[in-house]
Amino acid sequence: MKNILISLLMIITSCFNLSAQGYQVGADAVDFRLKNVDGTMVSLANFPEAKGFIVIFTCNHCPFSIAYEDRILALDAKYKKLGFPVIAINPNDPGVVPADGYKEMQLRSSEKGFTFPYLFDEGQKIYPIYGATRTPHVFLLQKTDDKLKVAYIGAIDDNSQEPEAVKEKYVENAVNALLAGKTPQPGFTKAIGCTIKAGAK
Amino acid sequence: MSALSPLRSQDIRVMDFKGLEFLLNQRNDTTYVINFWATWCIPCVKELPAFQQLHDQYGNNNVHVILVSLDFKKDLETRLKPFIIKNKLTPEVILLYDPDGNAWIDKVSSDWSGALPATMIFNRNFRAFYEKSFIYEELQNIINLNLIPK
Repeated sequence: MKNILISLLMIITSCFNLSAQGYQVGADAVDFRLKNVDGTMVSLANFPEAKGFIVIFTCNHCPFSIAYEDRILALDAKYKKLGFPVIAINPNDPGVVPADGYKEMQLRSSEKGFTFPYLFDEGQKIYPIYGATRTPHVFLLQKTDDKLKVAYIGAIDDNSQEPEAVKEKYVENAVNALLAGKTPQPGFTKAIGCTIKAGAK
Repeated sequence: MSALSPLRSQDIRVMDFKGLEFLLNQRNDTTYVINFWATWCIPCVKELPAFQQLHDQYGNNNVHVILVSLDFKKDLETRLKPFIIKNKLTPEVILLYDPDGNAWIDKVSSDWSGALPATMIFNRNFRAFYEKSFIYEELQNIINLNLIPK
């Protein structure tokens, strides 16, 4: 009986591992070194005073990303001073979507007056580690000792189409929870978004 | 609702997830191919001809292709309808207007992250969800293996 239980457990664990690509809530996130639209290289280690980060995989061309631009700016305006700055990362391969090229990112950042780093995941190395699948896709990180713990994964809020009809601001609630020393609830949400565009490998 | 209702590309039904859920829960001899897409989604637009071809080839053989658009509701008249006319899409198109994806994505499939395109294929014997792009031959293989002929 015990053996059966153990083998069952192993099967369950292996299924879990197969389906679980990228981070789950509670995982330790890696830092990165990516090129910002201002030409500098940005790492999370560059923000020693931060309590954590609102990392958002987003891009230029996706209508959901565009629909959220103003709300991402608002998040940065509200939470940077509280220790949780927004770090935006474009994970798309410009070979597939030319509108998401580095020059186009620079243009969009200056047009919209982005107040946060807008980084290019050159070579598309970071988004698979995080497990981002769509844009926009948020990974809220909390600094604990010398680690970056994933505290929330998912959507910015519950209404991509009509900002005025939003009922639940998932990311705001999650950051507020961390600031209050609590665990974000929910820690994980889903939303419709654009697939991340990867070139043929 | 008849499974093979006349196709009216001008006449797009707008529904929330509750409306669509009824359709997703059908378990009969019809093989439903439900493709989640949007006009702005590049890989979706690329694979649409495969779904059109499936509709053309199997529409009279118990296969019901439905294109569920996740375009924004405000773009229905200005973008979605013109797109359907321009691309001569004849499968049924439904506009799913239910912006809180977190409330319903798992009800389509817990395997779905929410990225587009995504496709469900099912009948009374078979049910599968795919978060991927298709080419026609792949769709055809799945249909040929699982079709319940009239």
